[in-house]
Amino acid sequence: MPRTVRDVVFVDGVRTPFGKAGPKGIYHETRADDLVVKAIRELLRRNPGLDPKKVDEVAIAATTQIGDQGLTIGRTAGILAGLPTSVPGYSIDRMCAGALTAVTTVAGSVAFGAYDVAIAGGVEHMGRHPMGEGVDPNPRFVSEKLVDESALFMGMTAENLHDRYPTITKRRADEYAVRSQEKAAKAYANGKIQADLVPVSVRRTNPEGGETGWGLVTADEPMRPGTTLENLANLKTPFRVHGRVTAGNAAGLNDGATASLIASEDFARANGLPVKMRLVSYAFAGVEPEVMGYGPIPATEKALAQAGLSISDIGLFEINEAFAVQVLAFLEHYGIADDDERVNQYGGAIAFGHPLASSGVRLMTQLARQFEEQPGVRYGLTTMCVGFGMGATVIWENPHFEGDK
Amino acid sequence: MSTTAELLKGAAELFPDEVVTTAHVRHFDLPLGAGRFALITLDNGHDHKKPTTFGPQSLANLDAAIDQVEKEAADGDIVGVGITGKPFIFAVGADLKGVELLKRHEDALAIGKGGHEVFKRLSKLAVPTFAYYNGAAMGGGVEVGLHCTYRTVSAAVPAFSLPEVFLGLVPGWGGCTLLPNLIGADKAVSVIIENSLNQNRQLKGKQVYELGIADAIFEGADFLEQSLTWTAAVLKGEIVVDRPVIDRGEAWDQAVAKGRFIADGKVHGAAPAAYRALDIIAAAKNGDLQQGYDAEDQALADLIMSGELRAGLYAFNLVQKRGKRPAGAPDKSLARPVTKVGVVGAGLMASQLALLFLRRLEVPVVLTDIDQERVDKGVGYVHAEIDKLLGKGRINQDKANRLKALVSGVLDKAEGFADADFVIEAVFEEIGVKQQVFAEVEAVAPAHAILATNTSSLSVTEMASKLKHPERVVGFHFFNPVAVLPLLEIVRGEKTDDASLATAFAVAKKLKKTAVLVKDAPAFVVNRILTRFMGEIQNVIDEGTPVEVAEKAVEPLGLPMSPLVLLELVGPAIGLHVSETLNKAFPDRFTVSPNLKAVVEAGKRGFYVYDSGKPELDPEVAALLKQGDTVLTEDQVRARVLDAVAQEIGLMLDEGVVAEAQDIDLCLITGAGWPFHLGGITPYLDREGVAERVNGKRFLAPGVASVPA
Repeated sequence: MPRTVRDVVFVDGVRTPFGKAGPKGIYHETRADDLVVKAIRELLRRNPGLDPKKVDEVAIAATTQIGDQGLTIGRTAGILAGLPTSVPGYSIDRMCAGALTAVTTVAGSVAFGAYDVAIAGGVEHMGRHPMGEGVDPNPRFVSEKLVDESALFMGMTAENLHDRYPTITKRRADEYAVRSQEKAAKAYANGKIQADLVPVSVRRTNPEGGETGWGLVTADEPMRPGTTLENLANLKTPFRVHGRVTAGNAAGLNDGATASLIASEDFARANGLPVKMRLVSYAFAGVEPEVMGYGPIPATEKALAQAGLSISDIGLFEINEAFAVQVLAFLEHYGIADDDERVNQYGGAIAFGHPLASSGVRLMTQLARQFEEQPGVRYGLTTMCVGFGMGATVIWENPHFEGDK
Repeated sequence: MSTTAELLKGAAELFPDEVVTTAHVRHFDLPLGAGRFALITLDNGHDHKKPTTFGPQSLANLDAAIDQVEKEAADGDIVGVGITGKPFIFAVGADLKGVELLKRHEDALAIGKGGHEVFKRLSKLAVPTFAYYNGAAMGGGVEVGLHCTYRTVSAAVPAFSLPEVFLGLVPGWGGCTLLPNLIGADKAVSVIIENSLNQNRQLKGKQVYELGIADAIFEGADFLEQSLTWTAAVLKGEIVVDRPVIDRGEAWDQAVAKGRFIADGKVHGAAPAAYRALDIIAAAKNGDLQQGYDAEDQALADLIMSGELRAGLYAFNLVQKRGKRPAGAPDKSLARPVTKVGVVGAGLMASQLALLFLRRLEVPVVLTDIDQERVDKGVGYVHAEIDKLLGKGRINQDKANRLKALVSGVLDKAEGFADADFVIEAVFEEIGVKQQVFAEVEAVAPAHAILATNTSSLSVTEMASKLKHPERVVGFHFFNPVAVLPLLEIVRGEKTDDASLATAFAVAKKLKKTAVLVKDAPAFVVNRILTRFMGEIQNVIDEGTPVEVAEKAVEPLGLPMSPLVLLELVGPAIGLHVSETLNKAFPDRFTVSPNLKAVVEAGKRGFYVYDSGKPELDPEVAALLKQGDTVLTEDQVRARVLDAVAQEIGLMLDEGVVAEAQDIDLCLITGAGWPFHLGGITPYLDREGVAERVNGKRFLAPGVASVPA
C-alpha cells in the first residue's frame, strides 16, 4: 500500500504556571494529575473548533511514574479532563525530554497516518516526586564502570561539562543566568508568557507557606526578577567544592504541566485550527551520561543533517536551561555569542523553572509565539539535554514566514 | 466588641463541642488583569466526610474574616470578595447539635440573628461579592451564598438544598426572604417547601443553575479557576449578568397557595414549619429584606423551641445514625459470606424479593415453586423489571445481561439450593406450610445456609422448632412496597445464633435497608402498633361513631394517609388476618371487627369510592356497616386511639420486643412513613402527656426528643 508522509504541525500549546517544589511551594497540596488535566482542558477550551471525539491520542510524559503521576497518566488524565472514553492515552518517559518526546512520538504517528490529531504534554511534580524517588540503579553501572558515579547527579554532570569547556567560567554562567532572568521579566512585562498560561486554583492548609485557603496561581513562582551578578557570586556550589554550578545558574526543582495539540496540517486546516509551527525534523542522541549536558549538540547535528539545514539556517533557538553551562556549551560549539538575540528571547528555565518531563512543550509554545512575531524567520529549533546522557532536538518551520526580504 | 460578636460569644459558650469552621482569607491577582481579590475558604479542617457547618464560633470566624475584607474593600485594596468551601463541600448549614442544646427562646433568637448579622454583611461591602458553590451546599451554606452579589455553581455539586422545612425549621438566615426575591416565589416554593417535603429531595448543580440560583455553571475539573476567570470578566464589565425579572404580581400569591396545597397534602397542617416558611415567602413579595429577616428570626426561634423540631431532629438522627448502626446487632465479623440466594415461592412478593437481592447483592438468585408455570412467571417478572430499569436508563445493557444471567428458576429445591448461603421463603402465611418448606430446604441446603422467613405475624421460633438446626432461622420482615419502604424487621428466634443474626444484618446492609432487631413477638413492631391503632378506629366506628369523624380525629397527627385509606392500601383481608392473629395472642386488647369481616366477606377491597375524585364512603360498604349508638367526638376518638397506642408501646417495651423506644420510632418512620414532626410517635406521646397519662411515665427523657429541661 503506498503511503505518503504527512506534514505535521504544532497547533497550540499551554502550560500551568510553574511552581517551586517543596512544602512552601504553590502546588504543594495540588495533585500532579490535576495539573496536567487543567492544561489539557485549557488547550481544548482555546481550540473550540476541535471536536474532542476526534482526538486520537493523549501522550503524557512524567519522569517518576508512580502515585499521581502513575496509572498510565495519559489515559487517566484524558478521562479526568472530560475527554470521551473513546480517546486513548499512554505515558511517556524520557526524563527532561518527556514532553518533547511525547510530541515527536505522536508526530511520527500523525506523519505515518495513524493519527490526525493528538494531545502531547508532560507533568512533573518534583515536590511530590523528588528526583530519584524509588530508583534502583543496577549495580553493574558502578561495578563495571559503565558510567561514572556522577552520572546520576545532574549538578555533577554540569560541573563535568564545565571541565570539558574550560573557557566557560562560573562568571560566564552567572552572566548568562542574570540575562535569563532579565529576559523573562521583560517577556512578562510585555505579556508574552501569560497568554499561554492556564490559571490553577491551589489550596493551602499549612500557614507556613503563606495565607491559607484556596488561591489562584497565574504566574510562575520561581522567577527572580532583578537578580544581579553580585547576588549570584557568592552562592554555594553544592555539587563540587569550588565548583561553578549554583542554584542561581541552574533551573530549580519545580512543579508544573504542559499540553500541546499536534496534528496533520491538512486536519488542522480542515478543522480551522491554528498552525503555529510546522515540524521539519527531530533527533535524539546519546552521550556519556556523566556529561549529560553535552547531549543537545549531537542531537542537533542529526536533526540538521536530516533536514538538510545548517546551523546558520536557524533563526530562533529555544534551549532548555537546565544549567547555564549546558546552553553555553551548545553556543560555544556552534560559535554563537552568549548573548545572541536569537537564543531564548523570553528567558528560560533558569527563570521559569524546569519541571522535568513537562518542559519540552514550554520551549515549543514560546518558539511558536516568537515565530508569529518574527515572520522574517524561517526555521527555529527546540533542544534540551536529558538525564543519563542524551540530547533531544526538534527543528520547526515558521508557517508565517514571508520569504527572504 | 460589636453586638454580633457578643451574641455569638454567648451562643458559643452554650456549645463547647462545636466542630469549628475556619474562614481563611487568601489574596491573589485575578486573571485578565482584573485586580487583587480576596477569597474566603470555609473549612472545618476535616475531610469531606465531616462536612463544614456553621456553629456560633464558626459564624464568629466568618464575621472576623469579613471584618478584614470589609476594610480592604473600603480602602480600595481589593476589587472583589469570594467565598467557597473545602474540597467537595461548600457548607451544609447550621450545626444541628448546637440547636439541640438550646433551652431558651432568647438563645434560639440569637442563633437566627447572629447568622443574619454576619451573612448580610456580604451584601454591603464596598466591592461585589461572589459565592462559588464548589460542592454540597445545604441550609445556611446555601444562604451565605444568597447574600452575595453573584453566584457560580459546579456541575459536579451532588446535593444542594434548603432542608429546614424537612427537619421542622425555616430557612432562617435569609433563605425564605432572599430566594423568592432572586428566582421568584414559584421556584422558591419548589426548593423550600416541595423538595423539603419530598423526602428532602436534593438539587444537582445543573438544576441550581437552571433555577437561576447561580449565575454561571462550570464543570468540576476546573470549577474554581473558571469561576475566578468569570469573576474577572464580570468585574471588568466584559460579562453582564442578566437575571430575569421576577413576577411580583398574582403569580407570587399563586405560588404561596401552591405551597400551602403541597404542605397540606404532606403534613395536613400538623407541623408548623412549612406554613411559617410560606408566611415569610408571602411577605417577601414587597422586597423588604430586613422585614423578612426579622420574621425569619422569630420563626426560627419559635420553631427551635417547638416539640415538632426537636422530634424532627431526633427522627433525623435515628434514620441517619441508629438506622445505620442497628442496636443489638451482633459483631459484624461473625457474618458469613452470601454468594447465592434461594427464594422459596415465585409469587409477587417472592419475585420482588428476588429482584431486590439480585440488584443489591449481584449474586445468583434461584426461585422455586410448586409448578413450572409459577416458576416461569416469577423469573419472567424479574426479567421484565430488569428491562424496565434498562428502558429508564437506570442500568446499561451489560448490567441487564449480568442480572438476567444471575436469576433462574427451578422446580427441584435440591438442584436450586444445594449451594445457597441464604434461603428466604415467601409462601402462604400458615405455620404448617412454612414448617414443611423449611424442612424441605434444610434437607438440601448446605449446613451453614441461613433460612429466612418473610412472615409478618407467625412465630419464627415455632417455624424453626421442627428443624435439626433451628439456630439458623431468622425473621426477615420486609414492608410493602419492598422497593420503597426502607424498614426490615430482623427477628431473632429463641434459638437463632449470633452468626446467623450477624449474616442477616450484613445482608440487610447490602440490601440498603434500615434493619431493626426485633424479638419473636406477635406481629413484631409495625404491624402490631398499626393494628392496635386501626383496631381502635374500627372499634369506635363499630360502636357508633361516624366513619368521617373517626377518620378526621387523627388528622392532627399529620400521618401520610388516613386509617381507612391505609387499610385499603394494605388490603382489608390482610388487615383482618393480622388482627385475628393478634386477637389470638392478646384477646383483651386486640379485637376483630365484625364490620371489617363483613367488608372482607363481601369481597370489597376498600371503604371508599373515588368517582368524584375525592374519597367517599362506598354506599355498598355503608350498607354493610352495623354500628352501635355510642357517638364520640373527634377529640374523644383521638384520645382513645393515642391511649391505646401508648399502652401497646409500653407493653412492647416491657416485653422487650425491641431494645428501646427509639427502635419503635425508627420502625414507624421507615416502615409506616410516620412523620418526622411526631418523631415516629413516642416523642409526640410524651409531648401530649399521653405516655404519662397511660403508663405513668415518659418514653424518652426530656431533651432526647424535646427541649432539654
